[in-house]
Order: sequence, then structure tokens, then C-alpha cells
Amino acid sequence: MSAIEVAGLVKRYGDFEAVRGVDLTIEEGEVFALLGPNGAGKTTTVEIMEGHRHATAGTVSVLGHDPAKAERSFKDRIGIVLQEGSVEDELTVREAINIHGGAYSRRRNTDELVEIVGLETKANARVGTLSGGQKRRLELAMGIVGEPDLIFLDEPTTGFDPSARREAWSAIDNLRALGKTILLTTHYMDEAQNLSDRVAVMADGRIVAAGTPESIGGREHATTRISFRRPGDVSMPFAARVEGDMVVVEAAAPTVDVHRITSWALEQGLELEELSVSRPSLEDIYLALTEDQ
Amino acid sequence: MNGLSQSGLLVQQIGYQNKMFYRTPISAFFTLVFPLMLLVLFGALFGSERINELGVTVAQYFAPALAVFSAASATYTNISVGTAFQRDMGILKRIKGSPLPPWLFFAGKVGSATIVAAVAMLIMMSVGVLAYGVTIFPRTLPAAILTFLVGAACFACMGLLVAAVSPTGNAATAIANATLLPLAFLSGLFFPTTSETPQWLVTVGDIFPLKHFNDAFQATFLPNTTGAQFDWFALGYMALWGVVSLLLALRLFTWEPRSGD
Ligand SMILES: Nc1ncnc2c1ncn2[C@@H]1O[C@H](COP(=O)(O)OP(=O)(O)O)[C@@H](O)[C@H]1O
Ligand SMILES: [Mg+2]
Repeated sequence: MSAIEVAGLVKRYGDFEAVRGVDLTIEEGEVFALLGPNGAGKTTTVEIMEGHRHATAGTVSVLGHDPAKAERSFKDRIGIVLQEGSVEDELTVREAINIHGGAYSRRRNTDELVEIVGLETKANARVGTLSGGQKRRLELAMGIVGEPDLIFLDEPTTGFDPSARREAWSAIDNLRALGKTILLTTHYMDEAQNLSDRVAVMADGRIVAAGTPESIGGREHATTRISFRRPGDVSMPFAARVEGDMVVVEAAAPTVDVHRITSWALEQGLELEELSVSRPSLEDIYLALTEDQ
Repeated sequence: MNGLSQSGLLVQQIGYQNKMFYRTPISAFFTLVFPLMLLVLFGALFGSERINELGVTVAQYFAPALAVFSAASATYTNISVGTAFQRDMGILKRIKGSPLPPWLFFAGKVGSATIVAAVAMLIMMSVGVLAYGVTIFPRTLPAAILTFLVGAACFACMGLLVAAVSPTGNAATAIANATLLPLAFLSGLFFPTTSETPQWLVTVGDIFPLKHFNDAFQATFLPNTTGAQFDWFALGYMALWGVVSLLLALRLFTWEPRSGD
């Protein structure tokens, strides 16, 4: 059985359709990223799976449960880190974890949790004294206190500085190492690329592409781009276009094409300045997929 | 490691809410210190005067009245304001996503607030006895304790109702203060009602449970009475208010932040 099976999911707020027919299957042990710009419908989708919101139409099965029923046995098996959750400033890190963990039937040790999220030196500090990144990691620890089979992370690193993001990523990597199924949302490309086994790009309430970070949006088939600085007024014996100062060759067979171009340059005695071979980045694909929505 | 039992969870929830109270200096001040300041103030203003209609000293009247005020503040105000702000911040939503049964969360709030109210009452009455010569009658102590617990629990449930209907923490603060303070005045917590009090004020006071709480608790500290002084009507009336408030609160309660402000 898959960890999450969603079919034909629709969510309307009044007249506004925020989620417009989403189908998703997430397998056990998979780290899945829902990637998309603000307002795409990621939080709505994820919170329906958590049981916090109710679907207008469609079927949702999470760990074999209907999340809308909010059964205790279901909540006992999932861990949630909300996009806008928070922890009581008045408690210490340790107390917050213990109290939140009180009702789970399986209970991970508090010291272990503090270590997984790298808050060892802050275990007895008041939550109110933590930085934003530290608070988020505490929420992560609270999200996995009940040994969940499935973890939801809604924008786990939004608003972080680069070093806080690295720390959060390493905490999430630790979860992956535990074999947990993880569904995370993000609008950062590099986050999806670094953390996930599979990505779905969401825009305007729909999934517009899905696959591995390497293949998404037909990226594996997309042509490779060879470019170099235009070497004066010479004619080139291959199809090329000029973009400003640069010559660009769209290469369907890059190995052969690079060889042809460099052979030609050697014959002509030309040095190809700024020669580069590149494939469209996930970012290029993402922008192309989401910009016309 | 296995999960906690229901009773273990209840103890944990009460302990959690207690911590939250004592670590929020502003609520601890208004509940524990401010009513004491009023006692000192009234003592300084009216010192050795007697309240003729009741035949007691000013302190004998105001120590129990201000203990009732502390109790209402510890329960009604702290629960409504604290819970609504926790909702604004997304804390309630986070708790809702955990397997904690909702009733245990509410029971933790009510239990903890009742304990805080009892502490505030003990401080108030101790200061009354030690500094102002307030007399306590063993004969009426059981009635005093029962009345206090029922009253505090009633106002805790009313606090849950205000939390349920308030869209935001700021709204809850406004509602709690705008209801408790006027009611405290017309229920005799800050000065005794007399034969000259206008009838409509008396009527309004009779409708709400605060006056019954005050009168019933007060009666256990009056010297010229006989018997155990259980005021069964007041106890029943407060219990009714408490149960109805609790049922409405459970129906109307939401865990998600509501947009507002
Ligand atoms: N409770 C709500 N009521 C009305 N509109 C909402 C509500 N929640 C989200 N929306 C709208 O639905 C759309 C998707 O929101 P959301 O699911 O939060 O997207 P994302 O998480 O991808 O940013 C947005 O246009 C948002 O304004
Ligand atoms: Mg979101």
C-alpha cells in the first residue's frame, strides 16, 4: 500500500478554487517534494492530507485512513510541521518536546530528538530565546516525537539564512536515514533537488509536472546548450545562433557536437573563449513550467 | 517507550498549563498581586470602619470578595485570553494535529486555573488573617471550600466559552475585561451592595453567577450566622452556568487561527 493516495482532489474557498484536481501517489520510504510558488495550493493540499482541512471533492487516503475523520490512531502515526505553527515561548525545549509527545503511543527519547535536530546546547533554554532557525528545528523534533510513519513538512526552511538552511537540511537528511516517508513543500528549487527522491511541481492548483529531480519536465530529453564568445566574423559550418556576444549551439548529441565545434576551432586556430556546455537547470524548467500559469 | 495513560496525560496537561501561568508575569501579577494591592488599599482607606449592614470589618468583607475576584481572574480571564492568543499563534492547531484527546486539553486548562485560583485565594485569606485580623470559622470551612471550587470551575468554563467565541486574542482580552470588571462592581466585589443600590443593578447582578459566587463565599465568613452555610441554590446556579458554558464552548471551539485585526 502506498503511504499517500490522492485522486481528483479539489478544494474551494467560497468561489475560489485553490486546488483543481490533484492526483498524487507517494510510496512508503519516499521523500517527496511539492514544489511551487506562493499561492499554488501546496499548504491546502498538505493540510487536507493531515486532516486540518476538508476536501471539497476527490478521494484522499493517508496510511490507509481518511484524514478528515481525524482519528486518534491516525494522528498517532503522522508527524506534522505546519507552515505557520509555533511553540510556547514560556517552555524550555525539553518541556515542549515532552508535552507535545505526551499523547503518542510510541515515543522517541527527548535527548535523541534534541540531537537529531542539533539543539543539544539549547535543550534547557526557553523557546523564546531561540533563533528562527532553531525554533523551526525544535518544531521538527516535535513533529517526529511520536515515531511517525509519515512526516509532513510545510516549507521547513522558508525565511532561513543559508547556514540555518544547511542545518535544517541535515536534520531532514537524518530523518531520511531513519527510513521515514516525508512529504515536504517548498518554493526553493535547490531544496527540492537536495532533499527529495521525487518532485511534483504545483502551480495554480494543479500538478504541472512530476518525476525525479533529474528528469522532471522532460529535463533528461532537453537539449544541451553549447556556448562560447563570438570569435569575430567567421562562418561556422554548423547550425548556431547568436545571442548578444555569444554563440549558442543547441546540441542534440553533445559529445559529437562538442567534438565538431572544437575540431573546427583548432583548424581555424581559434581560441573559444568562455566555452561552456550546460543543460537547463531544474530552476529553468520550474520557471518555464510555472511562469505561464 | 509507551505513551502516557489518561490520568498521566491529565497530570501532564495541568502541569503544562500551570507552568504557562507562572511564566507569564503579567497574568501572574494581575491574578496574585493586584487583588492583594486592592486589599491593602481598601484597608488603608477604610481601616477600622465596619460595614454596618453586615456587622463586619472592612477586611472581613473584602478579603473573601477579593479572593473571588482573584478566582475569576485566574480562571475566566486567564483561560479566555491565554487560549485565544495560543490560537492566534498556531499553537492550538499544532496541538490539534497531535493525538491528544481535546477533552484532556480543556480539562488541563480548567484544572490548572482552578488550582491557581485556590492558591490566589489562600494567599488572600492568609494575608487577611495575619495582617487584618480576618476571622475564619471552622464550622463553615467545608462550605467555603466547596463554594470556591464550584465557582472557580464555573468561571473556568465561561473562560473557555469566551475563548471559543473570540476571533482573536485581542478580542478575548477586550471581552474578558469588559465583562468581568463591570460585573465585579455590581456583584459587590469592590463595595457592598446596600438597600440604596438601584433595583435594575441588583437584577442584572442576579442573572450572572459572579454575585452568587461572592454572596455564597462571603456568607461563610460572616460571624452572625449558624449552620454549615452551604448555599445550595448558588452552587446549583453556578454549576448550571458552568455546564452550559462548557457545552457551548465545546460546540463553538475552533483550533485554527481566524483571520482578524
Ligand atoms: N482559508 C482560506 N480561505 C480562503 N482562501 C484561502 C485559504 N487558504 C488558502 N487560500 C487561498 O488558496 C490559494 C492557495 O493557498 P495555499 O494552499 O496556502 O498555497 P501555498 O501553500 O502553495 O502558498 C491562495 O490563493 C490562498 O490565498
Ligand atoms: Mg503554503
